[in-house]
Amino acid sequence: MTTVLEARDLVKHYPGVVAVDGVSFAVSEGMCFGLLGPNGAGKTTTVEMIEGVTRATSGEVIYCGAPAGARFRQEAGIQFQNTALQDFLTVRETLEMFHALYERQADLDDVIEQCSLKDLLGRDNRKLSGGQRQRLLLAVALVNRPRLMFLDEPTTGLDPQARRNFWELVKRIRGQGSTIVLTTHYMDEAQVLCDEVAIMDAGRIIAQGAPDALLQEQYQGLIIELPIEDVTDDLSGIEHTVLENLGIIEVVSSDIARSLAELQPHVKSLNHIKIRQPNLEDLFLDLTGHSLRA
Amino acid sequence: MWRRIYAIFVSRNREFARDRSTLAWNLVLPVVLVFGLSFALDGERDEYRVGILQAGTEIDTAAHPFLATRYIRFVPYQDRDAALKKVERHQLDLLLDFGPPVRYWINPEATKGYFLEFALLQSTAPADPQIEKQEVTGDAVRYADWILPGILGMNMMFSCLFGVGYVVVRYRKNGFLKRLRATPLTSLEFITAQVASRMVLIMGITVFVYTGTHLLLHTRMEGSYVTLFMVALVGAISMVSLGLVVSARVTSEELAGGLLNMINWPMMMLSGVWFSLEGTGPVVQKLSQILPLTHVLDAARAVMLDGATFGDVAPALGALSLMSIVFLVVGAKIFRWGPD
Repeated sequence: MTTVLEARDLVKHYPGVVAVDGVSFAVSEGMCFGLLGPNGAGKTTTVEMIEGVTRATSGEVIYCGAPAGARFRQEAGIQFQNTALQDFLTVRETLEMFHALYERQADLDDVIEQCSLKDLLGRDNRKLSGGQRQRLLLAVALVNRPRLMFLDEPTTGLDPQARRNFWELVKRIRGQGSTIVLTTHYMDEAQVLCDEVAIMDAGRIIAQGAPDALLQEQYQGLIIELPIEDVTDDLSGIEHTVLENLGIIEVVSSDIARSLAELQPHVKSLNHIKIRQPNLEDLFLDLTGHSLRA
Repeated sequence: MWRRIYAIFVSRNREFARDRSTLAWNLVLPVVLVFGLSFALDGERDEYRVGILQAGTEIDTAAHPFLATRYIRFVPYQDRDAALKKVERHQLDLLLDFGPPVRYWINPEATKGYFLEFALLQSTAPADPQIEKQEVTGDAVRYADWILPGILGMNMMFSCLFGVGYVVVRYRKNGFLKRLRATPLTSLEFITAQVASRMVLIMGITVFVYTGTHLLLHTRMEGSYVTLFMVALVGAISMVSLGLVVSARVTSEELAGGLLNMINWPMMMLSGVWFSLEGTGPVVQKLSQILPLTHVLDAARAVMLDGATFGDVAPALGALSLMSIVFLVVGAKIFRWGPD
């Protein structure tokens, strides 16, 4: 597959802080690439250096084989984490304004249809709900028929229904051939949408690969969760992880029946035990030692 | 390129036009000021003002006993024609030339000139050379005639500096500039659109306010409307450009407000908005020449009150154009989309 985007050893220093410390990755055409990590991990700084809105201290961004420049700006669609739009403009006027900034243009009616904005075209930008606003910002990112799209924390602050609707929209866009770079701290979002993820912590990539492959590599089996208060004595003979902030103990097991038998003498009851597949959040916790939800 | 500039230009115009309170403020403030001040101050000015034709800028009060008279403001003039024009318009009550021959000019319609003539003749000893009297005639320039360019210029200054400077800083602070930066729009295109938008708005407002006050108060217009329009246009460009310099990097609205006020206040006080700078010290006079508003007001008053032609105001337009070029180049050079 053709490599559309390549970040080479990106570094960003702020006074007294290394926000991004040598990040490199490549994104192939048609892929949805996820940049994951908790708040403050350096995801947004990394994508903003790639987008050209933040100057890198060092490093290089290659777009379609050449340093990112004018062609990149024409072909990239960007949805920032926080974007203010002009006051007093309607949804249609905002879309028309951004549409006119590009030589490469999408059919505006298609974009409006795709993002379900038809009923909102005459509404003032300031009077949109969170979900409606995110759809407008996504539409703004689509006005140039982008070959490469950046979605930075696109569902932060949305209710569960709006998040799922947004995921469907992203899937449709991806189905049309766009390459997507998604930054998120929602691991379920990454698991649903991404072909490949890079997990960031403290400005560095600490793991990278396809979500399933990363999980298979790290975990041989399922996760047993049991409430801390149900444990009656020492579990030192059983390999486990205590998540005090969540009030649970996790045991990874490739043989559930045997593990449950081992646990039974140490717990009040097995009624509250949960068995589930490991996910990216578990992976992040194991790799960094701290929870994404902390 | 032009399509991008036009898109930003149109959206900024829409934003301004729909912000009713700002629009109303831009339209109502100058009208209220012109009407209020012209009605409040349209009587005779309190001051007795005498022009002295001489080469230097310092008046030697020992040269004649009249020059030691209290409560009279003596203003030195080098250009006799210019000074006579002021006597014609009642802006000077008497003009005195110690010659030889010693002469004075008064306007017989001006009451203060009548009393000053008495004072002059009373203070002249019989042994002094005979003073030759000459008369000039002409209608008085009312305060409304004089203040109108000042108010329009001040409104233009506020609108240009805050309308561009403050707005660009707000765009930068709320991240709208960052969003634009991620598009093919260049900083030059963005700046051009902002300048063009503000120019159209301010020229529209200025023409509207001028026309309204001119029709209602029958203010004096001796020169050409085209020349006056050119003065306003070039003046507005210079002040919009100055606003861009202030806003080129600043990310805080508070700092931008402070910087803009630091520019506004000297211009308001030293450019002749409210009172004439004639007779002020040479330092103030020199300082006033580096302020764009001084050139705008001098040129506008010359056109409106003295009938100056395009050629007459060309030096002022040249100074304003030069300032605009410097401000635009500096503004474009130091412009930043975001805080980084």
